[in-house]
Amino acid sequence: MRRYFSRKLLTYVLTFFVGATVDWGIPHLMPGNPVQLYLSNFDLQPAGYASLYKTMSQAYGTNLPLWDQYLHFWDGLLHANLGVSIYDFPSEVTTLIWHALPYTLALLVPAITLSYMLGNRLGALAARRKLLDNTVLPVGYLFQATPYPWLALALPFLLGYVWHVFPISGAYSNTLLPALSLTFFWSLLDHWFLPFLTVFLVSLGGWAIGMRNLVIYELENDSSRYLRALGGTERLVRKYAYRNASLPQLSGLALALGVVIGGNIVAEIAFQYPGLGFLIYNAIEREDYFLLQGIFIFIIVGVLVANFVIDIIYLIVDPRTRLSMQGATA
Amino acid sequence: MSDSLIDAPAGSGAEQSAVAASLTPIGAGAAGLASPHVVRRGGEFVHYAVRNPKLLFGLALEALFVLGAIIGPIISPHNATDLFRSYLHPSAQHWLGTNNIGNDLFAQLVYGLRDSYLVGALGALCASAIGMALGFIAGYRGGWLDEVLQMVTNIMVMIPSLVLLIVIGAYLTTRGVLFEGVFIGLTTWPWVARAVRAQTFTLRSRDFVDLARLSGKRPAAIVVRDIAPNMASYLFLVVVLLFGSSMLLAASYDFLGLGPTNGISLGTMMNQAMLWSALQLHTWWWFVAPGVVLTGMVVALLIANVGLDEVFNPKLRSQ
Repeated sequence: MRRYFSRKLLTYVLTFFVGATVDWGIPHLMPGNPVQLYLSNFDLQPAGYASLYKTMSQAYGTNLPLWDQYLHFWDGLLHANLGVSIYDFPSEVTTLIWHALPYTLALLVPAITLSYMLGNRLGALAARRKLLDNTVLPVGYLFQATPYPWLALALPFLLGYVWHVFPISGAYSNTLLPALSLTFFWSLLDHWFLPFLTVFLVSLGGWAIGMRNLVIYELENDSSRYLRALGGTERLVRKYAYRNASLPQLSGLALALGVVIGGNIVAEIAFQYPGLGFLIYNAIEREDYFLLQGIFIFIIVGVLVANFVIDIIYLIVDPRTRLSMQGATA
Repeated sequence: MSDSLIDAPAGSGAEQSAVAASLTPIGAGAAGLASPHVVRRGGEFVHYAVRNPKLLFGLALEALFVLGAIIGPIISPHNATDLFRSYLHPSAQHWLGTNNIGNDLFAQLVYGLRDSYLVGALGALCASAIGMALGFIAGYRGGWLDEVLQMVTNIMVMIPSLVLLIVIGAYLTTRGVLFEGVFIGLTTWPWVARAVRAQTFTLRSRDFVDLARLSGKRPAAIVVRDIAPNMASYLFLVVVLLFGSSMLLAASYDFLGLGPTNGISLGTMMNQAMLWSALQLHTWWWFVAPGVVLTGMVVALLIANVGLDEVFNPKLRSQ
């Protein structure tokens, strides 16, 4: 057990290291010098250019050798200092991210957990039941194959612009100020629903189909046949099939995180929902590289935390790991 | 949901019970493993393939889109850059209408189809090449090399592809379709490596592999001639799924405005529709077609994939 966790921990630490290094390395190893690139936006006299170039290189430390810049980067990172944003100038990158983070989590956490739970239930129900299977399967494939950007355009178009059921953009009505009132909360919920639905629907199809396939396989397993031979009811057989099938699904959840995060970014941008994804979009548009770097690090940390949580749930759900934890041999 | 496409062949999760499944979280299929030495079963596969409605339907639908990509630009009455009146409704003149600056959207769509297929193919090719190479080496060699490669895979699997692509793309001023496809492949290989490693691991201790080793074959030859053919059907399914997921990933990427700077893709069309207020102006024809077409392309692949799974895996056939 100690070995299992220390291994996992090592992977997490290394992932953070690699992620941070990539984050630092991409802009530094690209051709061109950021100060040069920035100054090329202005029409400067050669003398002015030279002095500006010198000052800015010193200010940003781009005149230092690469290894020194790299160490500085880590120094800042470990002190939770991700620099100052360019597009929202005096704000620190970390402040901007902290403000955006709740919105992203409010979309991601329910979308992931609800689609996972509902999708698994649906898939398990549909397995080997002709009528239900004939609807769940095609609809599931359709959702799974839907590009996020399309859903993020089609949903607000139909439910927002044509039928006026839901608001189209933002996190709350722009006639309201954030307050602890029921109206404000309702506005939040109202604005939250469509971006949530976008991320939720696409994942739902994947989980339902994955679970259906796994349960079908489990139902034909020798253990299921044995259980039936012992006189177990179909209900009981299905219950065990579901439990066995949940383990690979749970590992699949860790793998699917990256895609859901990508979908969330797309949804936030389409709905101008002020989370990390929208922040990324602004950072790209305004060439705010410090902000982009900061968000990347934050997302890596978020994925690591989520993976850790899934690891722990896996331990709880899988009886074999529980047993081995108590020293018994499964 | 590109990675969740991985779940699709899970039904073929054939023999591996939960133990092995924890190695291959994908629970992914051992279609080939179901019957080792399936190499010369081509005739049987064809027999089942032409009788499998899912496979035939998927292939027919996909063929329709491929045909559109090939002959679309030829039969299209206009070029993608020709200018007409803005915001024309779909009509006999302009089959899918025109956009804000008066480009014919059908012409854009058929060019976008080509780009989507190109990106998908490149992404699938790169990802499967890297994933298989690393998976075979790790699974066959074992030992410290396996440990190292597994660590690399586990690290890469946790870094979200789209986010990594965004950071790379944001620093590039010119981006081509080829670049996009290759970079997608460079970020999506880890789950392939994992699955291939797990399968290789179970195959390598089989008698026929031992025999090949005793006969003095080189490791590379054993992998290529003895191990890979036994998971050929599985590898094929992996490539098909990667193809679909690469196209979806590319659409999201292009939608963020990071698509090819020198061309038009389905994602770029949707990006422009969003930027130039297609929703507010109710010009639905601008974004509906690219999304529907892309969904169709991927759905066709998924359905064909299920059909193929049934063809390759005897256990799934009877149902």
